[in-house]
Amino acid sequence: MLPLLHAGGVSMRKLYPYLLLIPTFVIIIMFIYYPAGSALKLSLYKTSPFGNRTIYVGLRNFRQLFEDPEYLYAVRFTLIYVSVSVAITIFMSFIIAYMLTRGVPGTRIYRTFLFAPYAVSPAIAGTLWTFLLNPVVGHVNYFFAKLFGIQVAWLTSKPYAFYALIFATVWKMLPFDMIFYIASIQDVSLDIIEASTLDGANTMTRVWRIIFPLVSPITFYLVIMNIVTTMFSSFAIVDVMTSGGPGGYTTNMIYKLYLDAFTFQKRGPAAAESMIMFAIMLVVTIIYFSFAERKVHYQ
Amino acid sequence: MTRSSKKRLNTILIEIVLITVSFIFIMPIILAITMSLQPPESVFSFPPKFFPTAFHWKNYVDAFNTVPFARLILNSAIIAVMITGGKIITGTLAGYAFANFKFRGRSFAFSFLFATLFLPAETIMILPLFNLMNKLGWVNTYWAMTIPFMASATNTFLFRQHFMSIPSSLEDSARIDGAGPMTYFIKILLPLSKAIIGGATIINFVYSWNMYLWPLIITMEDKMKTVQIGVRMLISAESANNWGIIMAGTMIAVLPTLLLFFTLQDLFVRSLVRSGIKE
Repeated sequence: MLPLLHAGGVSMRKLYPYLLLIPTFVIIIMFIYYPAGSALKLSLYKTSPFGNRTIYVGLRNFRQLFEDPEYLYAVRFTLIYVSVSVAITIFMSFIIAYMLTRGVPGTRIYRTFLFAPYAVSPAIAGTLWTFLLNPVVGHVNYFFAKLFGIQVAWLTSKPYAFYALIFATVWKMLPFDMIFYIASIQDVSLDIIEASTLDGANTMTRVWRIIFPLVSPITFYLVIMNIVTTMFSSFAIVDVMTSGGPGGYTTNMIYKLYLDAFTFQKRGPAAAESMIMFAIMLVVTIIYFSFAERKVHYQ
Repeated sequence: MTRSSKKRLNTILIEIVLITVSFIFIMPIILAITMSLQPPESVFSFPPKFFPTAFHWKNYVDAFNTVPFARLILNSAIIAVMITGGKIITGTLAGYAFANFKFRGRSFAFSFLFATLFLPAETIMILPLFNLMNKLGWVNTYWAMTIPFMASATNTFLFRQHFMSIPSSLEDSARIDGAGPMTYFIKILLPLSKAIIGGATIINFVYSWNMYLWPLIITMEDKMKTVQIGVRMLISAESANNWGIIMAGTMIAVLPTLLLFFTLQDLFVRSLVRSGIKE
């Protein structure tokens, strides 16, 4: 028995890795690469109203999108929403993480409280903030009314619906960034922090000039992750809080894609929208890796 | 002297900021609990209540009666367990292949898998994925909600990384003892990876419990939906705006992940950081 196994061992061992990879590759080919391919194909075709005939139209779907003011608005809104929420989240999470690594009493409790929204889904985050901003029962609304005299229908008026989305998004996204920053600030050698203290650098300079650059690889990583989150997972927050309203004001690219694909049944344009989002992802990825590469050498 | 007093001032300042922000961050959850326990007559009390003063559990009963939450919880649990299990199985197998074997096409296979990190099919490719499910006859089934997500690059890389850190002398001696690759994998590699598998399990569980867009699209009947969508259904159903009931539903949906989180916080932190940072 044993020698037999051993004799077959060499060729079996060659075959093994392929067998081990089969489950993963069957799934990613079937459910990621194949749909990606058919999105590309679909984006070049037009489906007749009854869905029984498709005609090749080249890039017409794309051209139509770029002439559609609603789509252009969704692109612009996405850009603003993504950059504002990512910038706020990165800034806040870094500062908070820095404070949480100073070893002040109570750190563990603060960290638990600040980390808790991580366990909450985007849909629930949206629900909670819908409640908190409710003009009648909402506590945050009450707070804003008392403090700043702002008494508005947050989710149905401009520009407050946008602010509402930002609140929910930052609240949901910050814990993730914070955890990564805590880990990487703890990795920054104490010597560097001590040395900069002796140099007389004040706290703010030390944090922004010395520590922030040292954790820049993690910042790059977080910015990319946050862009993905705000571009795609934001769907649930938008759907629950504003449903893209008022009057399309908060319709971002992923929400528009959903509407075109499933509500309006515009298959060609929807597929084209998929390809555009994919292209954006690709660009973001390439930027990330060219930067990340450089940072690794620098470190 | 001035240095130590300055340090003290710094500490006080940090304390104040941290108390304020952590209070703001936990507040939405506490307020949701408070509201979920308010009887209808005090839902609209002004100024709004901050801490529970009543324990009106009927809101929870009403939430269950308005939306079929029992069924939705079951669906979410089935989906989360299937996806988590699938990801762990495919991920450990593929991670083992990448970490312990040299084979033709390895770097191509690696890149091919890596590229999927930036191709979130459940969001970008929803339309073609839906068409595919239609062809397969999987619309409105658990298969559609689970199988496409049973493999992932992140899990594979996480396990690969860990397996690579295990000394190869262990594999050599196992082979000398006559253990085949599968025996080594099951008897030695997996038991040595308990901590990392545990971490990946909770992270995958939370991820799949919290999915929203894809289950929303692929389910046609209420009885196939998930708790996340249940909360949305509750908001639409409660036209009288009984926020007590809506918040009760919200607490039902968030309780499993929140409990996991509060009991296993350190494991979450460690696993998140480990799975997120690329080498």
